[in-house]
Amino acid sequence: MSSHPQAPAHEDAAKTHHAHSHGHEAGHGSLKGYMIGFGLSVILTAIPFILVMAGVFDSNLLTAFLVMALAVVQIIVHMVYFLHMSPRSEGGWTMMALIFTLVIVGITLAGSLWVMHHLNANMMPMSPEMMKNMP
Amino acid sequence: MATDMAHNIQTQDGEKPVFYLKEDHHPEGSTNLGFWLYLMSDCLIFAVLFATHGVLGRNYAAGPSPADLFDLPLVAINTAMLLFSSITYGFAMLQMERNAKAETLFWLAVTGLFGAAFLGLELYEFAHLINEGAGPTRSAFLSSFFTLVGTHGLHVTFGIIWLITLMVQVSKHGLIPENRRRLMCLSMFWHFLDVIWIGVFSFVYLMGVLV
Repeated sequence: MSSHPQAPAHEDAAKTHHAHSHGHEAGHGSLKGYMIGFGLSVILTAIPFILVMAGVFDSNLLTAFLVMALAVVQIIVHMVYFLHMSPRSEGGWTMMALIFTLVIVGITLAGSLWVMHHLNANMMPMSPEMMKNMP
Repeated sequence: MATDMAHNIQTQDGEKPVFYLKEDHHPEGSTNLGFWLYLMSDCLIFAVLFATHGVLGRNYAAGPSPADLFDLPLVAINTAMLLFSSITYGFAMLQMERNAKAETLFWLAVTGLFGAAFLGLELYEFAHLINEGAGPTRSAFLSSFFTLVGTHGLHVTFGIIWLITLMVQVSKHGLIPENRRRLMCLSMFWHFLDVIWIGVFSFVYLMGVLV
């Protein structure tokens, strides 16, 4: 017994783990899953950097759109392959929390940009002299 | 004696009384969900900082703009460091599944080194910017930039402290259920930070240089 102090703990650990692994299993992922996620992430990171650094497109708007679209795709890849998100994990509660958060994030981002843009647009136009004399 | 009494009550009521929970009071699943909720609230903090940067990101106060300041190759290396640390943490989790303590510790150490490299590069970038006179007080753009990227860096710092703590725990007590739970939480935290970094390099660095 004393010569293998770790053995019972390991057995217990394995047992407990198995006891928990039914039902609400979030999916711990496999080597294949991690490698797919990593490969996709590398590609999805490299493309936007190349697009911007090499200036592939003349249109900044198109490049910006592609950069943001690729970021969204990469975030989804990370969620699925690294964070093991699925509609089934935790009985769907993590997904509910995620959707709720995304709604709030959307309102925060879009609302802030919208409101502040209108505030800017409705500001009284300033001449450089007025700006210089500002307190 | 106690079991006898329980038996008596059972026979009197006709149905089995429950004095204790048969399952663990805090099954692993509830920890995961709770930690996920923490991550979502953390996500809101970052959403606010992103919104702030979205509003203030073009207010240079006649100072330097992102195109003048940002060193994209450095940011690319930084991104690679964080991405590598994500996959090596995944390897650590896979070794944990196999009950391989030494291998788990090895991959955790590799993850920590990549995380430290990320932090070092970020601090180098910050020091470089401040030396150039582009510190957080220079313009609204730089204030929001330092707040957003600095908050992310602070999260990584605490992640590394947590990682080292868990390495000590695992090496002392082995891969006991408590340590597995903690490693799972840190795994979610670490991957979450990588997700936030995707937003940072896309929205702050690439978009900043672009427009």
